[in-house]
Amino acid sequence: MPTFVYMTRCDGCGQCVDICPSDIMHIDPKVRRAYNIEPNMCWECYSCVKACPHNAIDVRGYADFAPLGHSVRVRRDEEKGVIAWRIIFRNGEKDMNLLAPITTKPWGKHIPKLADVPAPSAEMRDSQLLFNEPKYIRFDDGGLHTLESAGLKLQSGVYN
Amino acid sequence: MITSNPFAELSALIPPAVMQAYVVLMVLLVIGGTLLDVMHKKSAKYFFEKGQSLKKIAKREVNGGQKIGLAVQTLTNEVLTSSEFDNPERRVSHLFTMYGFIVFVVTTAILIFGLPAAEGEGSALTALLWHAGALSICIGGYWFWLKIRADVRSEGHEWYDVHQSDLFIVSLLLMATFALIWSLLQAAGGGVLAGIAFVVFIVAATTLFSTVLWSKFAHMFFKPAAAFQKKVAVADGSRDKLPEIPELTDPEVKQKYPDIPEYMGDNPPYMGLGIKREAPSHY
Repeated sequence: MPTFVYMTRCDGCGQCVDICPSDIMHIDPKVRRAYNIEPNMCWECYSCVKACPHNAIDVRGYADFAPLGHSVRVRRDEEKGVIAWRIIFRNGEKDMNLLAPITTKPWGKHIPKLADVPAPSAEMRDSQLLFNEPKYIRFDDGGLHTLESAGLKLQSGVYN
Repeated sequence: MITSNPFAELSALIPPAVMQAYVVLMVLLVIGGTLLDVMHKKSAKYFFEKGQSLKKIAKREVNGGQKIGLAVQTLTNEVLTSSEFDNPERRVSHLFTMYGFIVFVVTTAILIFGLPAAEGEGSALTALLWHAGALSICIGGYWFWLKIRADVRSEGHEWYDVHQSDLFIVSLLLMATFALIWSLLQAAGGGVLAGIAFVVFIVAATTLFSTVLWSKFAHMFFKPAAAFQKKVAVADGSRDKLPEIPELTDPEVKQKYPDIPEYMGDNPPYMGLGIKREAPSHY
């Protein structure tokens, strides 16, 4: 189910509006709280749920990882670089916590900025390759990368 | 000028008893409006039901003493210093408006109810505070209205686009602005302009205190309730169904979540502010 906002928690800060890739989180002009203007277009990416500083946004999880009626909530701690999930089943007894890293390096220091990369030439623009496409899928840069070129061998069966 | 009671001069035209009755009527309107708002929005029912549902998944009992401690914390953090605002500009503007409003309302009551005695010099400090309160509302309110209004940038609303949702802030600002204008004009000799300013001041004040059901006025009652419930949810372990983020260097955590030491090392570094490095202003 698409995102929905708890009105008692939201303070209309605009983080969800800023981050929504579908541009469907807006601030309601009447109550000045965020809301999903077009739930049909929400692909439940959880970006707004994770970005909300007040945990005021929720979505209903799918029935393929827990029976319907469960609660799935998330907290993203950027300063620690981890994300935590909690799934509570509808019987209230099964309560699962998960924790995973979301970065191994400080934010914004090790990722090249697009502004630093030379602009694409006209030839690159006409090419079928995407701008700044990773080199490892290009045939003209050291040949096709294969298991063989990486010194690996395909094995049969189940192996570690 | 700003140390003289503006209501003292007015008492020549309007008897103090009428002014006092007006203040009492406004207080009753706020109480009635808030009760109607609680019934209409079912906010008390909502908080009660939410409290009950969180109690079911609570991990420990929160006793009466701890609840009093949490209530005091809510008062000192969320109520007195508006700590729930992440945006520092909004927080400071809210503090200006809130304290200005409290000082303005209290000093208005003191000035009006002390009227027969206030004709002398005794009320200079109260009158000064009355003017300072109105000025503080104007500073915080206009800052919010002209610069940081929540939907100005996202929806492209200009400052002169007024909606029903602006009932609270607009009537509050008009009240404070015209209270100051009226006081200054009256001190400068009165006349028709002072009369007009006084009428706008009273109309704005009446609108502010009589429209609690339709405006944001009631937020001062339900916001602390929501903040208190949030603190209780953390204290009793239910955390409003949110997960806990543990200390990453704890050996138990490392054992339970081996991905953490594997990818982040034994002592994960401080990763910085992430998306909070930039305020959400370009949407």
